[in-house]
Amino acid sequence: MAQKHRGPKPFSNCDDSVQDEPIWMWATLRLERGAKEKNHLLYKPYSNAIIAREPTSLEQEIKEIRRSGSNRDLNSASEFEMSDIFYFARRGVESIMDDEVTKRFSAEELQSWNLLTRSNYNFHYISLRLTVLWGLGLLIRYGFLLPLRVTLAFTGVGLLVFLTSIVGLLPNGRVKNYLSEKVHLMCYRICVRALTAIITYHDSENKPKNGGICVANHTSPIDVIILASDGCYAMVGQIHGGLMGVIQRSMVKACPHIWFERSEVKDRHLVAKRLSDHAEDKSKLPILIFPEGTCINNTSVMMFKKGSFEIEAKVYPVAIKYDPRFGDAFWNSSKYGMVSYLLRMMSSWAIVCSVWYLPPMFREEGEDAVQFANRVKAAIARQGGLVDLLWDGGLKRGKVKDTFKEEQQKLYSKILVGAQEDRSRS
Amino acid sequence: MGSRASTLLREEEIEEIKKETGFSHSQITRLYSRFSSLDKGENGTLSREDFQRIPELAINPLGDRIINAFFPESEDQVNFRGFMRTLAHFRPIEDNEKNKDHTASEPLNSRTNKLLFAFRLYDLDRDDKISRDELLQVLRMMVGVNISDEQLGSIADRTIQEADQNGDSSISFNEFIKVLEKVDVEQKMSIRFLH
Repeated sequence: MAQKHRGPKPFSNCDDSVQDEPIWMWATLRLERGAKEKNHLLYKPYSNAIIAREPTSLEQEIKEIRRSGSNRDLNSASEFEMSDIFYFARRGVESIMDDEVTKRFSAEELQSWNLLTRSNYNFHYISLRLTVLWGLGLLIRYGFLLPLRVTLAFTGVGLLVFLTSIVGLLPNGRVKNYLSEKVHLMCYRICVRALTAIITYHDSENKPKNGGICVANHTSPIDVIILASDGCYAMVGQIHGGLMGVIQRSMVKACPHIWFERSEVKDRHLVAKRLSDHAEDKSKLPILIFPEGTCINNTSVMMFKKGSFEIEAKVYPVAIKYDPRFGDAFWNSSKYGMVSYLLRMMSSWAIVCSVWYLPPMFREEGEDAVQFANRVKAAIARQGGLVDLLWDGGLKRGKVKDTFKEEQQKLYSKILVGAQEDRSRS
Repeated sequence: MGSRASTLLREEEIEEIKKETGFSHSQITRLYSRFSSLDKGENGTLSREDFQRIPELAINPLGDRIINAFFPESEDQVNFRGFMRTLAHFRPIEDNEKNKDHTASEPLNSRTNKLLFAFRLYDLDRDDKISRDELLQVLRMMVGVNISDEQLGSIADRTIQEADQNGDSSISFNEFIKVLEKVDVEQKMSIRFLH
């Protein structure tokens, strides 16, 4: 796609924001169209679009508005017209009616109801038969499936902690690695059963190898279990307290994972150093990273943080797509805590998903980290049938940066000032 | 559980909104869904913060002015009726509406009302006049820091000079209409629905 192969740009030293041209709004819409046209997947993304949005640029639109109302001849460009405001008004109201970002942070709407109240947003008494069916489903899910799954989950986690601690007692060597692998795989597979996750792995020949970095789109913590039950990875993350911390500390005894203290997470250089040290050591497992930094609702892929792409290592992209008809796996962390989320997962029908292992990618000559990240993101979005967005997943919680507004203002000023220069010349 | 719309829209309400705004049944329910998803507090009204949470609106140079258009005098919350009433300005003008005579009250999406919406974006103090000061302020919002005060001032002066007919150095609504009489307002201030 044309807009992805720009020449190397002198990116300033500010942080992760994408310093693209302001016509990236247009680019986003164009990418969305492209993704929709080219997808070859099992699940058709449900189009939530309410209104038709034309991918035209600020300059183009304002010129059109002026053209239609111009009293003067077209050659003398006027500097400011009162009708210019129409462009901003319409764009603004369009975004109020429907925008690309806010809907990514809540669960996807389904076309038909799957007998789970949680996915029917207008649930009310529909018909007797349907309610009976739903009631029966409720009974099965909560009375039978849930207790079974919770038991399995406890077994899986318990075994993981216990066995990894035992393996950790062994001296470092081939035997330890072998046993560690077996233990991890077995426990993760039990957890997979605990969620009744039905996973289809595609293209396993591209599975990540030692010394590489595996990147995937992030929808929920279950992503980790899904990937780790098919291969061994070194996890990256912050050390937590409580049960999570116990699990983390025992896992690292059996094989080297990368856990950071809370204070270390802020230090980008430290993080980068530890990741590249790990990646250089070919005997260590591939690193698993989710560059979006937060959970997105599996209809789109949002901005990848460039940190993981600055390291000199092979990148193995992985696309994960859930089928929401059996249970929506998206974790809305602002609405549900981890425990209630897991309970919801275990009381759904099943978690059905597809995992595609994409061929490894390298950073090319003259490509910088952000461009590389976008290239990988596009590949993942294409494979998973997801919308490729340039917006930052951090917008889930934070405000959008002022720089974007300033870009819009700059663009508009060019139209006004450009006309001024013409005036003074003629 | 998962029901997002804690108070569902009743049929009578939908009918009333339909009559007032001209939106179709399905458009009203889609927009109600949208309203509910923006309403983080789940109390049936939207505040200014709810609008500012939309990134694409937050980066619009006139975002704040547009948000203001939803809130009538000195109020901080807008309910669904008010929300729809403001959105109705951007409904496309259908063919069968074009030739209606003005016996009934003018529809919200008429050419005049669309122009009124735009006029009110400029008219900061709602005194039905666009003064030089107000024009300058709105221009400043649109261009940011990229144009000097003098340049902007001369742009404002020129604009008022061209539009002002009764010599009061400000632009009234009628003068505004006159300046824009050739512009295709119907198309440029309309949003097309997919359903």
